Amino acid sequence: MKIRWLSSRKLLLCVIVFGVLLFRGPAARGQGQDRAPEYFQSDIQYGAQIFSTQCTACHGTSGDQIPGVNFRAGQFKRVVSDNDLRATIANGVPGTAMQPFAFGASELTGIVSYLRNMSSFDARGSAVGSAARGQALFVGAGNCTSCHAVNGKGPRVAPDLGDIGSLRTAELLHRTLLDPAGSMLPANRPVRAVTKDGKVVNGRRLNEDTYTVQLIDDQEHLVSLTKADLREFAVLKTTPMPSFKEKFSAQELADLEAYLLSLKGVK
Amino acid sequence: MNHSRRITLPLLFALLIPLALRAQVTPERLLHASDEPQNWLTYSGSYASQRYSLLKQIDPSNVKNMELKWVFQAQSLQKFETTPLVVDGIMYITQSPNDVVAVDPKTGRVFWLYHYAVSPAARPCCGIVNRGLAILGDTLFMATVDAHLVAIDSKDGHALWNVKVAEATAGYAMTLAPLVVKDKVIVGVAGGEYGVRGFINAYEAGTGKQAWHFDTIPDPDQPGHESWRGSDWEHGGGAVWMTGSYDPDLNLTYWGTGNPGPDFNAVQRVGDNLYSDSVLALDPDTGKMKWYFQFSPHDPYDYDSVQVPVLANANWNGSPRKLMLWGNRNGFFYVLDRGTGKFLTGQPFVKVNWASGLDANGRPIITPQPPGVPTYPGIQGGTNWYSPSYSPHTGLFYLSTWEDYGTIFTGVNAEYKEGTRFTGGANTAPIPGADNPGGIRQGPINTYTEALATGGVVALDPQTGQKKWKYAMHDVNTSGILTTATDLLFVGGREGYFQALDARTGTLLWKQNLGGDIIAGPISFQVDGKQYVTIAAGNSLFAFALRE
Repeated sequence: MKIRWLSSRKLLLCVIVFGVLLFRGPAARGQGQDRAPEYFQSDIQYGAQIFSTQCTACHGTSGDQIPGVNFRAGQFKRVVSDNDLRATIANGVPGTAMQPFAFGASELTGIVSYLRNMSSFDARGSAVGSAARGQALFVGAGNCTSCHAVNGKGPRVAPDLGDIGSLRTAELLHRTLLDPAGSMLPANRPVRAVTKDGKVVNGRRLNEDTYTVQLIDDQEHLVSLTKADLREFAVLKTTPMPSFKEKFSAQELADLEAYLLSLKGVK
Repeated sequence: MNHSRRITLPLLFALLIPLALRAQVTPERLLHASDEPQNWLTYSGSYASQRYSLLKQIDPSNVKNMELKWVFQAQSLQKFETTPLVVDGIMYITQSPNDVVAVDPKTGRVFWLYHYAVSPAARPCCGIVNRGLAILGDTLFMATVDAHLVAIDSKDGHALWNVKVAEATAGYAMTLAPLVVKDKVIVGVAGGEYGVRGFINAYEAGTGKQAWHFDTIPDPDQPGHESWRGSDWEHGGGAVWMTGSYDPDLNLTYWGTGNPGPDFNAVQRVGDNLYSDSVLALDPDTGKMKWYFQFSPHDPYDYDSVQVPVLANANWNGSPRKLMLWGNRNGFFYVLDRGTGKFLTGQPFVKVNWASGLDANGRPIITPQPPGVPTYPGIQGGTNWYSPSYSPHTGLFYLSTWEDYGTIFTGVNAEYKEGTRFTGGANTAPIPGADNPGGIRQGPINTYTEALATGGVVALDPQTGQKKWKYAMHDVNTSGILTTATDLLFVGGREGYFQALDARTGTLLWKQNLGGDIIAGPISFQVDGKQYVTIAAGNSLFAFALRE
């Protein structure tokens, strides 16, 4: 149940994974995929942080410590696609020092993004977030706890963020903080319903079908509505969540993102 | 339930429903769960575990008008043994391996689904199943097949805490619904087929911190250890895989324990093997044992005594008495005084030949059968874990049975190795070459039962232990039972029929083929003025109510 990458094995890792990968050269990046993958700064940044603590003991800070593998140069032994990379990290390479890592989806996205952009990424230009400072912003200036709970502590008006670090990539979190409405996933869209007798129900949609809709209302009640009983029903694309684009500095955003990425749920 | 209470019921409803609506499930509400018949707040419907509903909309005159309202299809092909909870208009269902699903009980549509990732180390003996949940406040509690206890927010399905109860690699598992008493969550562990040492644990509901621990197999410093020889106790079994009951007036919680280990080769464990095959009365605040009663000392037949303890208040020899009613897997029906554990009476309810009867203290007068001769009841027992029901209105105890069912038991030496099966048996059916009816699914074809076993529902008079009536079934019966204040009895069966009987006479009033074996208990609840009855069958949960 425990996520091993946060445990004591941190310095032993990534050694041979990439060490057994077939050389393909930079031009082969993205082969085997339908289209060229797109990498985002926040994911690269997050991956760089993970790499520095989990992979450098074997692969070195430049990613070239294993013979035949050079991440900066895009040199692998077996990996072709990003999916190959993810699988190698997640499953390890039997018979080598490369062990499987129980990374979540956001960590894998980060590491792969970093490895694919190691040569061009300049860590000096990026703010490194502090989860501790981010937590202070979360409960303080960000006022996030007025709507969000973390592992059941707090309101349920907005989704519980206790496992958001496992569910969302760094880039998606970054975009959401800057543009909440534009980045809102369909699953989180608020709804407004008016029954035929005039009762207004506002809430967060949990499920919907042709005839009914299930939501948690702004009083934190689970409500199931039959559409035939409604006078109005609308799925909104707006959100009460404010943008932090102007409110927080780049450093503060990085801190908040670091905190959110640290939330891995109850294990 | 006395007469005056029945008369005031409608008024009580009118008062309670608005108050209960949207309220948290307090310990006080759990104490009086049966007074909220619109809900189903505990695994067994109330602390007395009677599975008796006060709802009256569906009665013997109109039950024929019941129709299917909705179906919830589990995303699993494992056995579906769940008993849902219904709390203020929301139903909570568990599906294999350890998912929790919140659904609208009027439509069956899903609010949220919580998925627990079960460890590959889990090795439950008899199916990756879960039987249900407990609730306190806004928090649901689920025991997992890899022996963890998880707290989940009932509003949004997020895990709040998760504690390891035991080592899955050693064969420990949990399939039962927890029991909440006051501020504690009480669970037991399965694993009797792996030679585990059983125990019951209580946890603080708010934090998951362990509050107390009770070993069902005593160590050398604990009373009862003298019933073991040498180190046999270390792998002595006594698993606790069904939910207990609670008497708030006596402040005692009751839990049944399973077989000793190894299951069948009893020569490997000389002695009575306490507290296997027993009922334990524990203080829910401390875990201290007040009394125990052992049904099957030195059991060589796997006669688990994990049945849900049914608590009833009734006259006994002319005086009110706090009774415990118990239809045991060993084929005997027992009545105990639940304040003291004193044995009051016991009678066989199916064919029994492993004992000729019970002595004045309830100890079996054993009659071991010669080698090659079948013992009755067989491995799966005269009944098993399927929840029985007691109706205070009819005064009868109802249970599902396996009739005329025997096994030729043969013990073989078993060597304990952690995490591997430790049963010590080479058991066979009485008919050479035939397979005994299995405890797990039999499949849709049935051409064996008249020779090897049949089934049914029996109504027993607790005062005498005698059958009031019997409803015979072709196949063995693996269903739980529900009775209602209108003297209806709902029961399924492995054949897949869901049936309504007259609880007074056993007369069939209604049936519906649900197309999959029923190995769960029915419940009833009411939402927006409509009474529903639900049952899990095959891989789906079916909801019935009266036709509009």
